[in-house]
Parts: sequence; structure tokens; C-alpha cells
Amino acid sequence: MNAASNILLAGPEVILAVSALVLLVWGAFDRKVSAAFIGASMLALVAAAVAAVVGPHGRAFDGGLIADTGAMFSKVVIYVASALAIPVGQRWFRTRGIDRFEYPVLVILAALGMGMMVAAGDLISLYVSIELQSLALYVLAAFRRDDARSSEAGLKYFVLGALSSGLLLYGASLIYGFAGSTHFDVIASAAQSGAGAGLVFGLVFLICGLAFKVSAAPFHMWTPDVYEGAPTPVVGFFAGAPKLAAMVLLARILVEAFGGAVLQWRQVLIALAIISVAVGAFAGLAQKNLKRLWAYSSIANIGYALVGLAAGGPAGVQSMLLFMVLYVIDVTGFFACLAALTREGRPLETFDDFAGLMRERPMLCLAMTSFCLSAIGLPPFSGFWGKVFVFQAAIAAGLAPAAVIALVGSVVAAFYYLRLIKTMWLDPAPGQTDAPTGEAVAVTYATALFAFPAVLIALVVLYPWARTAAAALVIR
Amino acid sequence: MLSLITFLPLLGVAAILITRQFAGPLQEDRDGAARMIALVTTVGVLVLSVILVVRFNPAQSGFQFTEEASWFAGLHYRMGVDGISVLFVLLTAFLMPLCIAASWRSITNRVVEYMIAFLVLETLVIGVFCALDLIVFYLFFEGQLIPMFLIIGIWGGANRVYAAFKFFLYTLLGSVLMLAAILAMIGIAHTSSIPELMSYRFSPAVQTWLWLAFFASFAVKLPMWPVHTWLPDAHVEAPTAGSVILAGILLKMGGYGFLRFSLPMFPNASVQFTPLIFALSVIAIVYTSLVAFRQTDMKKLIAYSSVAHMGFVTLGIFSGNLLGVQGALFQMLSHGVISGALFLCVGVVYDRMHTREIAFYGGVVNRMPLYAAVFMLFTMGNVGLPGTSGFVGEITSLTGVYAANTWPAILATTGIILSAVYALTLYRNVIFGELANPKLAAITDLGRRESLIFAPLMIATLAIGLQPALVFHITGVSAEQLIAAYHMATSR
Repeated sequence: MNAASNILLAGPEVILAVSALVLLVWGAFDRKVSAAFIGASMLALVAAAVAAVVGPHGRAFDGGLIADTGAMFSKVVIYVASALAIPVGQRWFRTRGIDRFEYPVLVILAALGMGMMVAAGDLISLYVSIELQSLALYVLAAFRRDDARSSEAGLKYFVLGALSSGLLLYGASLIYGFAGSTHFDVIASAAQSGAGAGLVFGLVFLICGLAFKVSAAPFHMWTPDVYEGAPTPVVGFFAGAPKLAAMVLLARILVEAFGGAVLQWRQVLIALAIISVAVGAFAGLAQKNLKRLWAYSSIANIGYALVGLAAGGPAGVQSMLLFMVLYVIDVTGFFACLAALTREGRPLETFDDFAGLMRERPMLCLAMTSFCLSAIGLPPFSGFWGKVFVFQAAIAAGLAPAAVIALVGSVVAAFYYLRLIKTMWLDPAPGQTDAPTGEAVAVTYATALFAFPAVLIALVVLYPWARTAAAALVIR
Repeated sequence: MLSLITFLPLLGVAAILITRQFAGPLQEDRDGAARMIALVTTVGVLVLSVILVVRFNPAQSGFQFTEEASWFAGLHYRMGVDGISVLFVLLTAFLMPLCIAASWRSITNRVVEYMIAFLVLETLVIGVFCALDLIVFYLFFEGQLIPMFLIIGIWGGANRVYAAFKFFLYTLLGSVLMLAAILAMIGIAHTSSIPELMSYRFSPAVQTWLWLAFFASFAVKLPMWPVHTWLPDAHVEAPTAGSVILAGILLKMGGYGFLRFSLPMFPNASVQFTPLIFALSVIAIVYTSLVAFRQTDMKKLIAYSSVAHMGFVTLGIFSGNLLGVQGALFQMLSHGVISGALFLCVGVVYDRMHTREIAFYGGVVNRMPLYAAVFMLFTMGNVGLPGTSGFVGEITSLTGVYAANTWPAILATTGIILSAVYALTLYRNVIFGELANPKLAAITDLGRRESLIFAPLMIATLAIGLQPALVFHITGVSAEQLIAAYHMATSR
């Protein structure tokens, strides 16, 4: 394997790394964020997505970086979601007087990290990619430096994130010690017929560290606070794509490296999943702030995705991939809508703020309603299909009790989504909303149209694609 | 054909949205256009459904007018009707234009949204009865929660939000359990086609679980005692047309579900759980009839009487013989017409006086003779007087139950007496007596629009009451086939 083919296999990463550096220099000299700058940064992400699709498949850098259909599938979603976050966020910051060129650069760096996460082939690249992604996100969370809540969110995210990184490293070192290699395929042969105590110990640490990143309960404590404090479009960004990346990474570790020990990690995942669903459903009931609410909603949703992953095998991974993709689209739309709306300059954040939206902004309200219905999992919205795939895989793998518990949890969670719908449709409005910002509205409409009806057609393409992606993640 | 009937209302929705842009600046013009389009669309669906029923071949067993297109994940878009479902399509199409007409004047707030909600609801309801794929069925079945939630929540009475939430969450809880069962069935049988699953034999242990999960959904929907408590709330708060749809059609989906899924797909479990169903049904009949007698709200009274009448349906279905199933089917159709009509009757006086308190009324016959006559007919239908459709449904299903098990039949028969007690008391208190309340002095009799709404309902009640063969002829072969398969599977 020579250097040229390594570079070729890492095409998307190279494109992103180079463009991040170029944009950094451009921004430093230009000092202001022009439309061309935004366009160029989005173009870089789109180019990386194209490179991921057309690029060759194989293993680069001695197996540290894997370019397969699984990585390609995830990368496309991650890069597109990141590209959408740039204009929405930039506009949001500009209207609040924060016009800084670092935002697109940080998004690109985070996307680079996420792309490496889904392509990681050994424990070293696993850790490096997670750190690259996380560091970019810490800064993004604290991007409103003058805002106390934003700084607090960034700090909280950083401290707890550092803790989880410690757990990850500890787990990785244990696994290395007992398996004798950092490579997933060597670990796989070491754990072929069930993992020994040392490996299991390391694996549990690794799972805990990743559970922090995907905010699965009981490692979710940071989520509501960070979501509440961080700038809205940034939340939309890091509630979506990074979760997908971490879930794919989790799938790689569990199904690929520890595929032989499925009976050992399944229990852990099911426990995480059920706790997440319960916490997300019940704690969400008490929330008044929509960003906090959606933090709990995301905890519950990760629970569903974990149920799918716990099923294991190609079907389980496929269901998890589909669920996460549909979830990323939903959550992107929801926060874009949240970012679009203000009332007399004040952002709409609580239930009361959304009262009477149906009369004032019927189209945005319809979009919001469809995100809520999708989150409940009502057919024919996209969230329903995600749940169908996940629970079908779980039931087929003999996890019917877990699936039923998660489904009942979704009924509890339905209450708070319904309350939002009720507030928007039935309650009288407290005042006029300001004209929404164009970029966020465009993203909102696009994602809402995806939630229904485009999903019914999109799944015809997505479903088989996710199947080949899952097969690539499982079989080597 | 079926897809056209199912999705025609959505074309109406599109038409409403388009005309809304061009209808001019006046809100009244837009509302008027929306009403007109909704009416025309629903009448169009009715015409198509009549054609469907006429072209339906009752002698042929199995599904007719089938359509199939492959979708993703091994799913198929499959539609088709048999003798069991085709009349429900007609019932839906029959009640919908009446609902639109009944809301013509009483709904003045957000008319465009209201009409859209009803048209979407029509699509989903017809879809439920036509779907031949489990997932497609679930899509339509569950999707109804959305428009119904909005109909109750936006256009309902004082306590509408509570009622809407209760309706939504009760039904959702039942439905997700059914979803789990559906996914398990697909996983075991590797097909989601309803006709194929009807001939698939699940092992008895699996059947028990699947049956319970489906039961959770249908029992809430039907509703059966003790999970019926959402129904009185939802009925009382819903606007008149919402109650008509709820009682007339949505409840029937529970019974339809038992006939389409529980009996043919899980026959052993059905036999096993028959005592449970009989017990719950008898309790429902006796208990809710007594509860109905004590109600002070007209709509609530009729809502409880619906629960009681649905008890006859479940008894008939699980009697496991042809008479019982035929009777249950007939009872569902007849109750769809009669209870819909009764809710419309309540709506008539509610529109005028804005109260449903029984005590408020009395002596209405002096001011509204025509109304009194109409109300009389449907009250008698509710009681089950021979000559009305209510009689045929009850007597047939009870005969079937008697053949299967004597005691439930005897106990359930008291329900007929009790229904006479509460229905006639309601009638007497509202219609007869002195015109005590001075506010009633100015109440006016049925207008031309209202008479036109009631005329088809009266004709339907009497027509199938006097000539039940109209219905039995169509349902016969499918019901026979269902029962034959049921007996073969349970070897009785």
C-alpha cells in the first residue's frame, strides 16, 4: 500500500483538512464573512461527500482508516448535515452581531472528525477522530463568548467530554493490553468466541465513553444543560450528525471488533437503551424549554437506536443506520425552525413562546407539527419508519420485551410532543413573531417535506443502500 | 378503483388549498369554497363506492378489486375488498357527506382546516378497510389519530384539550402494542400480506401473544369495557360531525380488526380467549347501559349506549358461528347509521340552544314536531325495535351467541331491555312533557338542509331493517369462508 493510494482512500478527509486550513487563512486575511466564504465552505463539504461516493474502497494507513460502503453512507449524511448547518448558523450569529469566520471552519473540522470516526479501523484513529470532533464542538458550544449561558454550556460540555475521553482511553488501553493490537480485525479474532474478562472490562469502558458522546442515559447529564445554553443552530448541528457518527463507530466496535462477544455486550446495550428511553420520556414531561425538551427527546431517540443496534447483525446495524439518518434529518429541521423564529428579537424557546404559531406562521407551524408527529413515530412520517425498522430488527433478534418497553416509552413521550402541537394550534398568540430568516426557513421546509411525504420515496433508495452499508460494517 | 376511492379526498384537499389562493380576499368566500369542494368530493367518493358495491361480486370468495405495487423493504402497497370490508367503505362514504353538510353552519372557525381534516380522515378510514398489507393497514389505522386529535382539539367543546389528549394517548398505547405484534408477525412469517397471513399458521404460544397485542389495540378502539373511558370524553367534546365519524366509523375499525386479524390469523388464541371476550362484553352491555341511564348529558348517554351496542358486536364475532359473525357485521353497519343519526339529532338542538343538558329540554315536540318524529325513529332503532336495522343486528348476533354459549346470551339480552329504558327515558325527557323552559319557546323545527341530512339516514335504517338480505347477501360468502377456516383451524 503506497502513499498515493492511501491519500486516495482518504480523499474526503484530505479535502476537508486542506479546505479547513485554506479557509482559516482566507478568513484571517479577509476578516469578514462574505457569501463566497460561506459558499466555499459548503462546497468543501459537498466535494468531500462526492469524493466519499466516487472514491475507491479499501483500507488505508495500515488499516487505521477504512473506506467502505458503511463509511461512505454515513459520511454523505454527515457532510450534508454539516453543510446545512453553515448558512443557518452564520445567519443566526450575524443577526446577533457575531460575524466570525471561525464558525464554518469549526464545522468543517468537526465534520472531518466525524468522517474519520465512521471510518476508524483501529483504536488510535478512533480516539483521535473523536477528539478532533469533540474539540471543535466544545468551541462551537461556547461560540457566543459574551453570553454566560453559552460559555457555561461550552465548559460543561468540555469537562464532561474530557471525562468520557478518559473512559475511552482507559477502555482502549485495556483492550489493547488483552488483545495485543489496536486493530479491530485483530481484536475481532481475539474475541472470536466470546471476550475474556479483561476485554469485556475494556469494552464496557469503551461503551461508556461512547454513551457519553451519544448522550445515552445514564451518561446524559450534560445534554439538557448544553442544549439549553449553546446557540440554537449549533445545537441543531451537534444533536444530529455527531450522534450518527458515534453510533456508527459504536457499531464498528461492537459488531465488527466484538462480533463474537455479542451476547456479552447486548445486555449492556439493552440496559442503556431502556434507561435512555425511560429517562427521555419521563424527564421530558417536566420540561418547559424546547431545547431542553429536545435534549430529552434525543436521549429517548438514542435509546431506540440502541435497541436496533442491540439486535446485532446486518439487520440490526441497518435499522440503526436508517433510524439515525431519519433522526438527523428531523432534528436538523426542528432546530432550523427554532433558529428561524424570534419574537421582538427574542428567540422562541419555551412552550409559551410557541403559542398560536398556527395563526401567525402556518407553514412553519405545519413543519414543526410534522417534526413532532415524526418524533412521536406516527405514520406516515419519517420517525415511524425509523421505529419500524429498529423494532422489527429487535423483535426478529428475540428482543421483543425490550422493544415493547421502548414502544410504551414512546407513548409516554408522545405526551410532550402533543403538548407542543396543542400549544401551537390551540393557544392564543402572545404577540407578533418577527420575519423568519431565509436560510433557516429553507432548511425547515426541506426537512419537513422529507419527513412527509418525500420519505416514502426516499426510503426506496435509502433502504437498500443502508443494507449494503450495514453489510460492509458487519462483514469483512 | 380502490386507490381512486381512497385518495380522491386528498385531491379534494389539494383543490381546497389551490382555491384558497385564488378565492379572493374575503374569509367567507374561502370558507364557502372549502365547504363546497369538500361536499362535492365526498359525494364523488360516495358515488364511486356505490359503483364499487354494485360491481362487487358477492358470490366470489376472497378479495376483489385487488391492486398491488411493490415498495421498499419487502413491503407492498396492496389493496382489496371482500364481503366483510366492502360495506364499511360504503358506510364511510355514506356518512362523510352528511358530516360535511351537518357542519355547514355550525363550524365557522377555521373552516378550511376543518374540511381538510375531514377529507384526510376519509382517506385514512377508507384506507383501513381496503388495505391488504399489514404495514399499509397500520399506516392508515394510526394516521387517523392526527386529524381526529385536531378535530376534537380545535373544534371541540370546553374541555376539548383533555379529551383530545386522552383519546390520542389511549389509542396510541393500544396501537404501539399492535405495531410490535405486526413486526413480530412479519419477522416470523416473512410476509406482510394479509391474505397470505390468513392462511399462515402461527404456533399456539405465539398466537396468544399476538392476539393479546391486537386485542389491546382493538379493545381500545371498539371500545370494550374497561378501556372505554376515553369514549364518553371524546364524544362529548367533539363537534357533532366528529362524534358521528367517531361513533359511526372509527369504532367499527375495532370490530373489523377482530374479524380481519384476530379470528382468521390467531384462531386458537381466539378460542382460548373467547370466555374473556364474552365476560367483558356482557359487563359492557349491562354496566354501560346502567351508566347511560344516569347521564345528564345527551351526548354522553349516547356514547355509553355505543359501548353497550359494541358489546353485541364482540359477542357475535367471538361466538364463532356464521349467525354471530353475520349479526356482528350487521350490527356494526346498523349502529354506524343509527348512532351517527342520534349524534346528529343531538347536534340539531345543540346548534340552537348550545347545551346538551337533558334537564334543559322537555316538551320540544310542541315546537319541533318533525324533529320529534325523526328522533323517535332513531331512538327506536337504538332500542332495537323490529323493522329498524337495530333489531336485525341484535337478534342475529344474539342467536349466534346463544348457539355458542347460553349464559352470555341471556345476560346480554337484558341489555336490550336496558337500552329501551335509557333511550326511551331520554326521548321522553327531551321531547315530551310541557314546554317548561321559556328559552325553548323560540326553538325552530328542522330546516331543509337538516331534513335532507336525515332523509338518507332514515331510509337506510328502515331499508336494511326491513330487508336485511341486502346486507347479508354481500357479507354472506366472506363470512362463511371466515367461519369455515376458523372451524378448520380449531377443529370444531
